[in-house]
Amino acid sequence: MFDSTYLSTKFSRRDLCKVAVGSTLSFMLPSFDLKAAQKRGPERKKSVIVLWMGGGPSQLETWDPHPGTAIGGPGNAIKTVVPGLQISDMYPLLAEQLDGMSVIRSMVSKEGDHERGTQYLKTGYRPEPTTVYPALGAIITHETPNKHLEIPQHISMGNTQFPARGGYLGGHLDAFRVQDPGKNIGNMRAGVETPRQSRRLDNLNIVSQAFQKGRTIQTKKTLHQSTIDRALTMMSSEQLNAFEIEKESESVRKAYGDSSFGRGCLVARRLVEQGVHSIEVNLSGWDSHANNFTGHQTQSKMLDPAFSSLLKDLKARDLLDSTIVLCIGEFGRTPKINPLEGRDHWPTGFSCIVGGGGLKGNMIIGETDPTGKEKKPTDPVQIQDLYATILQNLKIDYQKELISPIGRPLALSEGTPIQKLI
Amino acid sequence: MKPSSHNWKIAFLPFCVVGLVLSLVAWASSSPVVISPKAPALPEDISVNRTVEQVDQFFENQWSEQDIATTQISDDYLLLRRLSLALHGTIPSLEEIREFEAMQGTDRIKRWTFKLLEDRRFADYFSERFTRAFVGVEQGQFIIFRRDRLKAWLSEQIQANTPYDELVRTLISGEGLWTGDPETNFITSAVADGNLDRNKLTGSTVRSFLGQRIDCAQCHDHPFDHWKQSDFEGLTAFYGQVEIQVLGVRQNEELKYEVEDRETLEKHTVSPQVPFLNECLPQEGTLREKLAAWVTHPQNRRFERAAANRFWGLVFGVPYIDPVDDLPAPTDLTESEPDVLDLLGQDFRENGYDIKRMVQMIVASKPFRLTSTSQSNDSEQIERDTDAWALFPLVRLRPEQIIGSMLQASSLKTIDQNSNLFMRGRRFFSELDFVREYGDLGSDELNDFPGTIPQALLRMNGEFARDNGTASLLNSVGRISQLDITDEKRVETCFLVCLTRLPTSLERDHFLKQYQTALNPTQREKITEDLFWALYNSPEFSWNH
Repeated sequence: MFDSTYLSTKFSRRDLCKVAVGSTLSFMLPSFDLKAAQKRGPERKKSVIVLWMGGGPSQLETWDPHPGTAIGGPGNAIKTVVPGLQISDMYPLLAEQLDGMSVIRSMVSKEGDHERGTQYLKTGYRPEPTTVYPALGAIITHETPNKHLEIPQHISMGNTQFPARGGYLGGHLDAFRVQDPGKNIGNMRAGVETPRQSRRLDNLNIVSQAFQKGRTIQTKKTLHQSTIDRALTMMSSEQLNAFEIEKESESVRKAYGDSSFGRGCLVARRLVEQGVHSIEVNLSGWDSHANNFTGHQTQSKMLDPAFSSLLKDLKARDLLDSTIVLCIGEFGRTPKINPLEGRDHWPTGFSCIVGGGGLKGNMIIGETDPTGKEKKPTDPVQIQDLYATILQNLKIDYQKELISPIGRPLALSEGTPIQKLI
Repeated sequence: MKPSSHNWKIAFLPFCVVGLVLSLVAWASSSPVVISPKAPALPEDISVNRTVEQVDQFFENQWSEQDIATTQISDDYLLLRRLSLALHGTIPSLEEIREFEAMQGTDRIKRWTFKLLEDRRFADYFSERFTRAFVGVEQGQFIIFRRDRLKAWLSEQIQANTPYDELVRTLISGEGLWTGDPETNFITSAVADGNLDRNKLTGSTVRSFLGQRIDCAQCHDHPFDHWKQSDFEGLTAFYGQVEIQVLGVRQNEELKYEVEDRETLEKHTVSPQVPFLNECLPQEGTLREKLAAWVTHPQNRRFERAAANRFWGLVFGVPYIDPVDDLPAPTDLTESEPDVLDLLGQDFRENGYDIKRMVQMIVASKPFRLTSTSQSNDSEQIERDTDAWALFPLVRLRPEQIIGSMLQASSLKTIDQNSNLFMRGRRFFSELDFVREYGDLGSDELNDFPGTIPQALLRMNGEFARDNGTASLLNSVGRISQLDITDEKRVETCFLVCLTRLPTSLERDHFLKQYQTALNPTQREKITEDLFWALYNSPEFSWNH
């Protein structure tokens, strides 16, 4: 359990407030604006959930099927609630929930390597050696911080090799990682019972004092103690409840599916309710160089229930108008089927689903060639355009320039908003 | 009965095989060096002392000009800690502390420095730093880029005292296969999506070896320096004839380097050209050999200054000029006094670009030996003193240093190449995991980043901290708890193991009181665990001081 009482053994809550006010550590203030968190509809502060499909899913087995063609593979397409939109028949649940979402079938990139592709698709900037660019979630956290949060502002759930990073904006904007969402909140809990934790903190106090002698100012500048204090505040915060899916009914948990990704999506919804603005949920395993079709079948059994339940829940709670959901990976997969029944990396003409948060829904953007011969899709969209669209929608000036550590001015996004989505 | 006894033998056969294989593997992986090198007798090299004196004099002049009073010289324990962190990326073990305590003489810190430099851990630790600086941390193109091979090769070179200029020349001009000739991985690190990115090679050559960031000149003239786009293209043309084939990296003299104009989209051939010191470019050799000779030419002072700044940064945690790879152009020494980088660079050049000698000079300089404590309570003055290197800076340890130190503190014996396979394996994997979770600083590791909450949580509650901080038969927490010594000695040992110092009287009393309440060994263990927890999480542990 949390150590919500360890502080009370040392000082009262009122003392704590005094300390917080006295040192202008507003983050230590206990209350958070309940009204803001409870607000619904378009008035609410907006959040973004990125469902990251690590490895690069095949557009043909997800949102851009071409059944019956040489490139189409064995799968079929089904109708969705969006007029004119067909997706792979592996997604029957999602087909019912896509109302208000749009599909882009013409994403283009120049990065065909997992690491470089991921960096590009997560940041909107192609990787280069002298600058580490911030991920979309880090930019959003930087621009619209929620002062009332005691838990991390930028969260990445599920296992991933390349989590969203703060880049030149700083390590404090790196996504906070929760490896196994819904199962444990790992490092956010003290390892020992309250009395021992309080003895440990006493000990720490004694050792820190000895170090500060002759180094008072230097030690303060390290922010070591204030970082520990903030971590302790987090460890005892009631907002951590957002990570506890046991509080949900069994039927809800079942609907999302008993996978790390399913639990992550459920936690994501709870985090949005708590007022977290930047959330990433990872589903890896899409790199189907062999056995593409069975592989995508397995993946769809995790993605379909989780993604559809998330949309359904957000709509039911009147949260979709204030929450952008984006489902995307680092690239798509080749139209050509290789001898191992696999598909290889394909950074031109791949698909994503985006919508909510006031973006125009039910749009289908771009088309790919059903014969697979023409590489370029119609109406190509680059990731920086999509990010410019999302940032503008969040009322963040995407053209705003920040100065990188080497003194180079960099726009939040170099793209132009996609008119069809505004 | 006979057949069954036969069966018994057969049943045990697999175990025997497994046992044999295990012992063979253990034998093969054990180090050929059984005894750790003793501190060598000090070779009397007056020229080293002379350069150190010049460096110290430079600072003394600066301090007196700026009216700065320096702090005191640190005690030997603290220097021991700084040296291990700078040279091995970890803190000294209890075993090493005891060995050092047994040494006599006023020059024991110098002798100890020699010992650390000869220890394989120095070459291993510095080779990772070099690898980061030269090719970054990305794993790069599958198969044809072998970062591990490059790192192992660099480690061999450092251990063998290969001159730094020779090492750099080999990297730039190497030919062959990425496995058999590991130096060629410097070239193949620039391959992405099957294509060799020559611009990237130029950028990293100039950044790593000349300490200049000209990457932006790839597309436009440098906004405030004198680097032109044509300079960049001229340099890149030296990489114009390198080719990557089945047989590895090789030179193809048929190739011409062409550049596409960004506006007209027309292609034109660019011939190799250096932006300055044209006279240093040799006539003979392949294009890359010429470039390598120019970069490392004794008259190209950018080379030695960039090296001095990087070594200074690796030793202190902050470079002399920040950022480490964006140095101002060298000044004319007939008109102005040499700065620290000039002094160290000159010694480097005149003494065969000896890496170990360079490190030895930096750690012998006065700024490295000053304390980090100050009498002053004025933050502006402290900042001024720190900027002038009159006060040792508090520098946050890099993730590998934190994990290396935690691992070392969890063992009473030194963890090095002589440790058993289990210990070395544990170090290897723990380091990978921890660095990933803590946030890898990549090639930017000499930049100053603030600590984050997830890092604090990882240190306080993380799995690794829990494993190392819970008493067991083998780790130091368990062993210190069980040792038949006085509680006073117990507290002292914990402090030495984690912080390389003895406790203050206040600290001693605080923890003695706790031990006095212990009724049984289990309670004693818990007290030691909580003491270790506090030491691991103290600012003193994770900030070099």
